[in-house]
Amino acid sequence: MKNALFILLILCTITINVNAQGKFYSKTASMSFHAGTSLEDIDAQTNTGTVVMDAQTGKLESNVLIKAFQFKRALMQEHFNENYMESSKYPKATFKGTIKNLSDVNFSKDGTYKVKVEGTMDIHGVQKPLTTDGTITVAGKNVKVNTNFIIATADYDIKIPGVVSDKIAKEVKVTVNSELQPLVKK
Amino acid sequence: MKKYLLILIAFGTSFFTLNAQEDDLLSLVGEEETTEYATASFKTNRVVNGHSIENTARGVMDVKISHRFSDISDGFYDLFGLDGATLRMGVDYGVTDRLMIGIGRNSFEKIFDGFAKYKILRQSTGKVNMPITLVYLADFQIKTLNFTEPERDNKFSDRLYYTHQILIGRKFSEGFSAQIMPTLVHRNLVPTPDDNNDVIAIGAAARQKVSKRVALTAEYYYVLPDQISNIYTNSLSIGCDIETGGHVFQFHFSNTPYMTYKGFITETTDKWFDKNGTDNILSGIRFGFNIARVFTIVKPKPLD
Repeated sequence: MKNALFILLILCTITINVNAQGKFYSKTASMSFHAGTSLEDIDAQTNTGTVVMDAQTGKLESNVLIKAFQFKRALMQEHFNENYMESSKYPKATFKGTIKNLSDVNFSKDGTYKVKVEGTMDIHGVQKPLTTDGTITVAGKNVKVNTNFIIATADYDIKIPGVVSDKIAKEVKVTVNSELQPLVKK
Repeated sequence: MKKYLLILIAFGTSFFTLNAQEDDLLSLVGEEETTEYATASFKTNRVVNGHSIENTARGVMDVKISHRFSDISDGFYDLFGLDGATLRMGVDYGVTDRLMIGIGRNSFEKIFDGFAKYKILRQSTGKVNMPITLVYLADFQIKTLNFTEPERDNKFSDRLYYTHQILIGRKFSEGFSAQIMPTLVHRNLVPTPDDNNDVIAIGAAARQKVSKRVALTAEYYYVLPDQISNIYTNSLSIGCDIETGGHVFQFHFSNTPYMTYKGFITETTDKWFDKNGTDNILSGIRFGFNIARVFTIVKPKPLD
């Protein structure tokens, strides 16, 4: 009986290990966007994005606190949170998707692989499908996930008043650069 | 018994494992708890005449142009008071996220003023939970108008006025913020023997947003009794803040024409909706505005 129990316990431990295997994460993903026009520079960035990837299922998830984005101008940052993103009401942007061509990526071989990611983006309380191209770079134990895509402010119900509509781009260019490390479950 | 317990634990563990698999990936890495500071409790660092709990951000210069007009009772003849304008020009600067300094010059009584304002506590939620914002303001005013009695033994110190103020405020919701401001005004030279050199007042102010860019504001200073001559009254101002890109326009009606603490707290004479010795019920009401324009002087360092 005692032996059987031990085996059960060991099995459980193994299961946990298996779970953690093949998952990668970063909490310091660099995320930036550019919403400027020729009239105004509107750039913001943060190094506090979270990206988690399951290399076995191809699931890719990411989120970031809206308030974490830093602008060059304090007032612009205030307006971004207060008037456009309403970050007290909608504190985070979240993406949940899957890598469509997971079989093209060899996680055991160093190199850069092109991937297509399909999923749902949740910004400003609005969920929209998002498809983007990106790259996965395998370097030893770590995996880099980079992508850029375009977010149309109108899709996410982010209202830009007429007086400033010339200054703010309708389409925001977003860039994500993340260096993921293996997720070891405690 | 022991065996059963072990089995139970083993099952528990395996069950937990299964659960973890069902969860989404993001929940696996957990969340760093951050401190979220309440921002933009007021559109700018002033309510009407006095300060709000907000500071100018670090590295940002805030240029203020303010006008106060004479009372609106003469109507169109002097364009509702616009012909009788006084001016304050000032510059505020955010030294750090907590410390802000500023200087200004008033045309009325040729007063120079300056202040330092420090956020002691900042309203926040998350890791650090703080229900209020607490600010200390130290302000001085130098009246440089020629002395009205030159034959008197006038000293430079007679020109000086000091203000100490504690601002306790809270952003209650996205749209509503309120604050109370215990204030001490010290005057080296007072107008009449009935006036104290030190005058204690309690201020209260609030703002309610009516849209994302427009807010209504009110500011009231109550002077505690038996400190100043009874010809003086408390100041009440009702205003409207309109924010455009980099400007904040503050339009208001008030019973005080003064923009310095010693002025609007200790020297306001006219009352709202009172004839104030004239035959017009509007003789106590004045129109005024502040225009604030921010310039980023020091940009935050870009992230690596």
